[in-house]
Amino acid sequence: MVSPDPNSTNFAYDSKIEGNVTFTQLDAAINWMRKNSLWPMPMGLACCAIELMATASSRYDISRFGAEVMRFSPRQADVMIVAGTVTYKMALAVKRVWDQMPEPKWCIAMGACASSGGMYRSYATLQGIDKLIPVDVYISGCPPRPEALIEGLMKLQDKIDKEESTMDLKRMPEPEQV
Amino acid sequence: MSQFVAKLESAFGEKILGKKEFRGEHTVLVELSALHDVMVHCKEQLGFDFLVDICSVDHESVHPRFEMVYELASVDDSQHLRVKAPVAEDEDVQSVVDIWKTADWHEREVYDMMGIKFTDHPNLKRILMWEGYPYHPLRKEFPLAGKPTEMPDVAFTGVAPMEGGPFVTSSTATDTVAREPRAKGES
Repeated sequence: MVSPDPNSTNFAYDSKIEGNVTFTQLDAAINWMRKNSLWPMPMGLACCAIELMATASSRYDISRFGAEVMRFSPRQADVMIVAGTVTYKMALAVKRVWDQMPEPKWCIAMGACASSGGMYRSYATLQGIDKLIPVDVYISGCPPRPEALIEGLMKLQDKIDKEESTMDLKRMPEPEQV
Repeated sequence: MSQFVAKLESAFGEKILGKKEFRGEHTVLVELSALHDVMVHCKEQLGFDFLVDICSVDHESVHPRFEMVYELASVDDSQHLRVKAPVAEDEDVQSVVDIWKTADWHEREVYDMMGIKFTDHPNLKRILMWEGYPYHPLRKEFPLAGKPTEMPDVAFTGVAPMEGGPFVTSSTATDTVAREPRAKGES
């Protein structure tokens, strides 16, 4: 699309400059790339993991949202989907996997158990994964339907879209100590 | 009366403390000191080749406090027998791993959850909770919400908010809404 006014600032794409060049903000570009290639770390701990698998497979197909690449190595993952009951025995292992994930990273608490302990109000169950790691999106349900997980993923995409990804780059360097 | 109960009574006499039949299921109560011999007899003489389950009961205020429960079955002719033995708080139970190998994990669970120790067990350590966890959670005095513990780099536990719980369901309620588990006194 060629902007009618050459002095206008709102033109985005000028085919006269080059066929495949788009002007945008750096933040918007980075966020667009991040939100459309969210590689999940499937932390499947209970029955929610079954719904997570259903969401990944062909009927619901989260590859439509760029999130089909389940990485069982935390070092290649962007979003940890905690799907299931977090027992105290498992809790520190979940935390350890989370710590191994590189920034930027996000967390989805999938289902009642991961969000709050769910129906397991007992000595064995951590009362919500947010007691250990920061959670971006909570999904209700026991277990949630695949549609709910997709909705949660889209909510996370909206959230990433509003992030200031270049904030760290803009920060002034520390003054040198004399 | 079950032929097995009769055979056990004739073989062990005084050691059999009681017997019970309920809807075709036979239970014998035996003295703890004779438990292992009874189990050997059940397998070798009576043909109970399958140990279905081991569990334990905490009667709290009763003495002896605990009770071991063994569910025996024979595969070929579908026979069933339940053997119980009272266990005092300071008593150990003779392991039956040498008779049925499957008893290994069952006895570890009883040890983990109830704190009953087994002699001659090949690997008596906790199976569900971690080594170093200080409590036995299925004992009656242990609160459902749990107690706080801390083992750095291994595990920790906290206290679950009960919010008026524990939550119980009413089995006599007519519809599913009324059957929803809820705290006592809460409608």
